[in-house]
This record gives sequence, structure tokens and C-alpha cells, in this order.
Amino acid sequence: MSADTDVQLLRRQGRIVVVGASLAGLRAAETLREQGFTGSLTMIGDEPFEPYDRPPLSKQALLGRARPEDTALPRRRDIDAEWRLGVAAESLDRDAKQVRLTNGDTVPYDRLLITTGTRARPWFHPEEAALDGVFVLRTRDDSARLRRKLTSGVSRVLVIGAGFTGSEVASACRELGVEVTVAERGPAPLVGALGGVIGAVADRLQRRHGVDLRCGVSVTALEGDDVGRLRRAHLSDGSAIDVEVAVVSLGAMRNTEWLAGSGVAAGPRGVACDAGCRVFDVNGIVTDDIYAAGDVARSPHPLFDYQFLALEHWGNAVEQAEIAAHNMICAGPDRRPHLWLPMFWSSQFGVNIKSVGVPSLGDQLVVAQGSLAEDKFVAVYGYRGRVIAAASFDGAKWMGFYEQQIADGAPFPPEYRMVDRRTETLHPVDPAFPDPHLPTHGATVTLTGHSPSERRVAFVPSHA
Amino acid sequence: MSRRGDRACACAESGFPMRLVVDLNRCQGFAQCVFLAPDVFSLHGEEALLFSPRFDEAQRDRVEKAAAACPVQAILVDYSDEPTKRVEPHVG
Amino acid sequence: MTTGTLITQITDYANRADPYPLYAELRKQPVRRQDDGTYVVSTYYEVRSVANDPRLSNDTRNRPPGYARTADADDTGLPPSFIFTDPPVHDRLRETITRPFGPPHSPRFLDGLRGELAQVVTELLDAFEGKDQVDIVEDFAYPLPVTAICKVLGVPREDEPNFHGWADALASSLDPQVGEEGKEKGQQARQDLGAYLSDLIETKRRHPGPGILSALAPDMTPADLEATAVLLLVAGHETTVNAITNTTLTLLRHPDILDRFLKDPDLAVPLIEEVLRYEPPVQFVPWTTALADIDVAGTTIPKGSPVWLMLAAANRDPQRFEDPDRFDPDRKDNEHLGMYTGIHYCFGAPLARIELHLAVPELFRRVKFSRLLEDPPPYRANAVLRGPRHLPVAIEGLTA
Repeated sequence: MSADTDVQLLRRQGRIVVVGASLAGLRAAETLREQGFTGSLTMIGDEPFEPYDRPPLSKQALLGRARPEDTALPRRRDIDAEWRLGVAAESLDRDAKQVRLTNGDTVPYDRLLITTGTRARPWFHPEEAALDGVFVLRTRDDSARLRRKLTSGVSRVLVIGAGFTGSEVASACRELGVEVTVAERGPAPLVGALGGVIGAVADRLQRRHGVDLRCGVSVTALEGDDVGRLRRAHLSDGSAIDVEVAVVSLGAMRNTEWLAGSGVAAGPRGVACDAGCRVFDVNGIVTDDIYAAGDVARSPHPLFDYQFLALEHWGNAVEQAEIAAHNMICAGPDRRPHLWLPMFWSSQFGVNIKSVGVPSLGDQLVVAQGSLAEDKFVAVYGYRGRVIAAASFDGAKWMGFYEQQIADGAPFPPEYRMVDRRTETLHPVDPAFPDPHLPTHGATVTLTGHSPSERRVAFVPSHA
Repeated sequence: MSRRGDRACACAESGFPMRLVVDLNRCQGFAQCVFLAPDVFSLHGEEALLFSPRFDEAQRDRVEKAAAACPVQAILVDYSDEPTKRVEPHVG
Repeated sequence: MTTGTLITQITDYANRADPYPLYAELRKQPVRRQDDGTYVVSTYYEVRSVANDPRLSNDTRNRPPGYARTADADDTGLPPSFIFTDPPVHDRLRETITRPFGPPHSPRFLDGLRGELAQVVTELLDAFEGKDQVDIVEDFAYPLPVTAICKVLGVPREDEPNFHGWADALASSLDPQVGEEGKEKGQQARQDLGAYLSDLIETKRRHPGPGILSALAPDMTPADLEATAVLLLVAGHETTVNAITNTTLTLLRHPDILDRFLKDPDLAVPLIEEVLRYEPPVQFVPWTTALADIDVAGTTIPKGSPVWLMLAAANRDPQRFEDPDRFDPDRKDNEHLGMYTGIHYCFGAPLARIELHLAVPELFRRVKFSRLLEDPPPYRANAVLRGPRHLPVAIEGLTA
């Protein structure tokens, strides 16, 4: 039987199992059917909900403009899948080609897609994390619980970590009229993703909206009262704040524990795969039947020196899922690479923030259009003399241009004359990213090195 | 975008709530959807778009107009009532 | 055929009824230099890319001496209206003007006009009673947008005979082939219309009434508000009329689709978008200028060059739209450039769409059309704001 016949057989009557029933899993399933896959399709999800959209959970859902339970994702088409929701995958047996579920069932596959995504990094101290009033924000349930709490007359909220999620929560609190303190280990909000120059703008935005922002401090302990309710937080500068609510926004952890011992290159930094979404095994050899997409995947990107990137981005989940699905059911020469340019958005304090490329790779920055002082600008990041990223505050209509500049490897700094260029910011400056070895909160792109062979580091199970 | 008359209209006519999502990477804040369906879409500041991911029959006509008018075609609407078969009981 | 003559043919009135074969010819070279140093961009991806390039200016004062400028760039005693400015001035003006007009501050302003505009549609169609022939332009497609823009601005509808001529002259002056005489007429019209509106604005400053001019009066300088009022009044006059007329004409030319539409009025929504692709009311944008060298599709547009962006040609680009010359309301992913793109995206687009959504289904629900009396109909001279001057049709009856 030739390989081509195999593919035809697979497309007609193969068994495809998707572990992770969220955005990436859903879009992959739709793409499989769109491209003519007529075999059996099983969707496994640990939450008991059909795929839903997460970005609204920290924005309109907290503001009460949408209910968390109303965020189910629209479908592009029917997918005729068997859904196993509310039950997680427990392990993978590559030899038997089956996934074992936590309820003891096994699900056999011919092709497996891993889209298990991430979960919120919990507070490091389990007893403190269990206090009434300590929240994380990742799921529908998290959002519903936090919304209920925020509208029940709390006096002050502590947000731990001023990455994007933390900053959005702080923004929602202020809009709801709730007092909020934000504690950030780094020198400014958003510093891990956008650097200190732009972080300073975010800093000013927060303070102007009445946030009690404390940078360069960490929260050392959360203290409860005698009935287990959070009542105080202790900071590394020796101070303490009385709070009823703490929202732990310390970034995400990749859901890869279930793959431990399976022989695939999975660890705390994600599941390593090639640009065609095929997962590597621990020896750095690519598998043919296991694919990964979305937040949990990390893959090499030619525009960024073939470094492995793990992208916790909505758009990446969609695009990579489509590529993975396509590649799962076609022969080698028809496979496509995942060359998506990293892109994300955030809205906070009434400002629309967008980013394209990988700002944290930048060694220089210019404000190409607009002005930092007006909270309306496009900042362009350079790396060794070429444009590598751009970030805008209320400048979304320009981002397509910079996307093209990055794809073209256009020279940096841009010397051309253009509209809304201000004379005071023409000089490239250091974008002021913190030392990558120091932890900060909320970078949504993680550079994870050049190859999956760093497994000795990557495969140590995480205790964080 | 599905239109009335397409496959899944029965659910909508029986009052099944309809879902939408906006690809906010594509969205550039033209706000055409806000003008055309102000109960479903809104601007937060000058440019950031907020939307209700679920809407009912009363908003359907406006949402369809909003989705069609989007200059960057970033709005996905569906009326699918395909069941999610075999939902397991909530574990834990 | 030289490149110069192709553009000359496009602007030649003889080709107004069907410029599309010329656009197809134009697209064979996506970026084309004309003898006078103007660059013409005609393919979809290139038009979109150049239109969104921050090195492109909408202010013709950035052109070297000797090149055509818009009437706004000349010394008419008024600053340029916001469409002919660049950021940051543009963004500040547009944000200010949007405050009473749309989101985030007034998301329901236009929505609130639906009832009144529906009433206007009803009255215009009621007047078809007893006729066996109407002119869609004079009897329907022109009066509706004029009434709408008057309501939006708060300009008395009954003054329309006064400013109709000025609006026409100013719109005509946007046509690059208008010549010195037309140009001077345009400048004069801008001054005259400005003077009329300036008086009106002064009155509104003292006695605020409905409409956005009253709302804007406290927030804008008199000159900026006057320039804005002139622009919006003219744009409201000269574009939506084409959109409504083109929709009617296109439907009457496609009986199979008309038939479907009569059975399924919901087809109006994608159908209207398809008309905006297929027969866009603004055919091209001849008033942009390169502020620096721009490389596009293997050609460098040198700094200072006037640039024409051919929206109607881009909308028929087979690289972007399958079978582009087919009028197909079922087209998916119809990301047309009929309302432009980028920061200068049509300010009045939502108003135009509300009018189209009200007017088109009601027109075809109530009027039983027999046939077009002239096809092609006579066109107006303007190559930029292209549309029929009249659209005479025979009708067989009117439903209540």
C-alpha cells in the first residue's frame, strides 16, 4: 500500500482524536471536515462546556456586558464529532495509539491533535491559594465567580501581576468603581511583553484611572481570617494591604503533564513541534501521527531565527489549528508551514492595544507615529537593523503596514517621512525589556530556544 | 456567515440564541458594527471593540447587517444547533 | 496604447457608462506612471497596501508646485476639511466630529434617525402613485440622501435649492479632468457654500437645535466647523445617490437576482455590499501624495508623486475576487474597497448603509418595475463620483 493510499484511507475512514476542546480544537475540527475528512472525530475536553471564547472573560464579562456562559464560540460548520466533555485526558500510549481518559476509558486514534492549551498559574502557596477571595482568571467559571465577587460590594481588590490579564482585570475594577491595587514585580505594567518604554505609558494609564499601582514589589503572603477569608496581603517592601479579593495573574502554565512519559517532546514550556505542527519525540525525531496547535504548542519560526516560539495568542490558535488539521490528512508534499506572524490585542482603560511581531526580541525602539504622551501611537521595534515588531495604542489601522514591514525584513530604524511623525521621538532608544532571566508577568510570546533537544531542561516536571 | 434560509434556520426561528465572535486581530476599530447594531457591539474608548457573544432573534437583522458591513470581515456569526453529543457529567 | 491615453480614456465622458474594460486593461500593470509623474495603482492588494501606508498623504499641499491640488488646498479662506488632512490633525478633527455622530459617545444617533428616514422613503414612493414612468435619480435616489444629510447636520431641507448647485460644482471639482474653469467654480462654490453654512452655524451657536452642527459648535473653531459642514453636505449629496441608483440599475440588469430578492428580501444585506464592490460610488481617489519613496509591486513611487488609487478597478481584481465581473450577492468574504480603507474610511458609510437598507428593499417591495427605459442611462460628468444623472424606468404599479 502506498503512502498516498494511506492518506486516502485516512481521510475516508480514519479516527482523529482532538484533545483539548477549546478554540484551537474546534477550528481544527472544522477544518478537517471542510477539507473532506469523513472518518470519526472525537473531541475531548476537561471542562464540561462546548468550546468557548476566552478573551471576553477578562473584559466584557467582568463589566457585565456579556455573561461568561454566553461565550460559546460560533461554528463555521457542523463537525459531526463525538464530544467527550468534562473528562480530561490522563495519558498517551504511543505504541497502542490511544489516549486514556481520567474516567478509565481509552480512545484509539490514527491521528492525534494536542490542543490542551494552558491554565492559569496558581498562587504558589496552596493554603493561601485556597482562601476565600483568592482568584485566578482563565475559565468561564473563574470569570463568573470573579464577576459575582466584584459586584458584591468589595472594598479593595489586589491584582497580582500587571501583564495583560492583570491589567484588564484592574481596568474592569476601576470601571465598576472598585478600588484596586496592582502589584507587579517588574518596573512597569506590560513590561515583559512590550518593554519599559511602553510600560511607562501603561503605568501612567493605570494611575490616571485611579489604580494604586506598585511596581518592583512582589506579594510575599496572603493572610486569611479565622474563617478562611482573605483579609490582607503582605508585600516584599514590608507593607501590607487590607484586601478582600486577590486576583492572581501570574501568567499561564501549559497543560502537558498528561504527556509525561509518553515519549513526546512535551514539558513545562509546551509541546515541541515542527513548522508543520508535527510533534517531536524526546529524541528530536518528528512523529507522523501526533500534531499540536494553539497555546500548548511551540514551534520554530523562520522570521525569528528559527527559534521555538510558544504563542498564547487567539489568532495563533486559529491559524495553527487550521495548518495542523490540513497537514494531518494530506501527503508530505501538500503540507503547509505555520508561518503566522505573532499578533495580539488587549483593551484596557479605554485604550486598544495591539502588537504584531515579537517585541521582546527588539533591541531598539522608535515611536514612528503619534506620541506616547497622548496615549495614541505606533512604536516600532528593531532587531539588528531590521523591523521585528510594532505595538500600537489606538493605532490599529496602521498595523497592517507594519505587519508587512516585519514580513519584508524592512530596515530599522525606518527613516522615511510619514504622517503623524513627531520630531521629539525620532531617535531609537532601548525598549527596556527586563533581563529575561528575571521573572515578569504576562509575556504572551515565549522564546523557548532553538531546538527540542534541550529536553533535559524542558522535561523536568514543573513544580511551579 | 450563515444567512436566513441557510441550513440551520430552524433553531433561530424557535428562539435559539445565536453566537458571534469578532476576530479582534483583524478588527481595526472602524465601528461600522456599532452604528448598525448598537445593542450588540460597543466601543470602549476610541477604538477597542466590545461585543455580546450571544444575541437573540430581535437583534438578528442588525447583526447580519453589521457582519456584512465590516470593512475587514472580522465578524463570524452562526446559527448552528448541532448538538454536542455525549457531554460527560461534570467530573469533580 | 500609451499609459497616458488609458487614464485619459477612463476620465473621458464617452466611457463613463462602462469604464470596467479600461480598468481591466489598467490592472495589467498594477502601478503605472503617467507622463506627468502621477502614479496610478489599480490592483486590489496594491491599492489596499498603498492606501494604508503611513507614507501616503491626503493633503495635496504636499505635492510639488505644478501638480493638481484639491479645492481644499487652495486659499479659499477655509482650512482643509478633515478628509484632506493627515494625522494628527485628521484624527483630532475626525474624533471630534464623531462625538455627536457615532460611537463611542453617540452610538445610537444614526439608529435613531431610522424612523424618520423610513417615513421619507414612504413619502417618496407614495408619489409614484399613478405614474407609469419615474426617474429613480430625481424621484428617489437623490432626495433621500439630501434629506438624510440635512437631518444629520441640522440644515433646513427647504434651503436645498440654494446649495444644490454649490454642492454639484464642488463635487465636480474633485474630478481631475475638470480643467481650470471647473476648478475655479469649485473654489467659488466652496466659498459660497461655506458662507451659507457659516451663517447657519452662527445661528446654531446662539440657538442650538437638532443635528450635529449644533452639537459641534462649542467644540470646534468656526473655520473648522464650516469646512466640515461643507464636506459633509457635499459628500451626503453626491455619493449615496449613486449607491442607491447603482443598486437599482444593477438589479434591473440582473433579473434572476432580482427575482430571488423579491422572494427573499433578506438578500438585501449581501446584495448591497456586492453593489458597493461591483459599482462603487467613489470610483477612485486621485488626491493622495507620496511623502517618501514607496515600493509597491516592483515599482518605486518617488517622494512627492501624486498617487491615484483606483478603487473600482481593485474591486474587480481577479487576484482577489473570483469571477469579479459577475454580480454575485452570494459572494463570501466580500472585503471590497467600495467605502475605502484605513484611517480615511468613508465617514458617512454607516449613514449610507442605513439609507440603502431602508430604501432598497422598500423600493422593490412596493414598485412593480417593468423595464429600464434607457440602458445605459445618461451619466453625470464626474469620473470620480460616478453615477447616472437620470435613471428613467417604466413601472406597472405600486403596492401600499
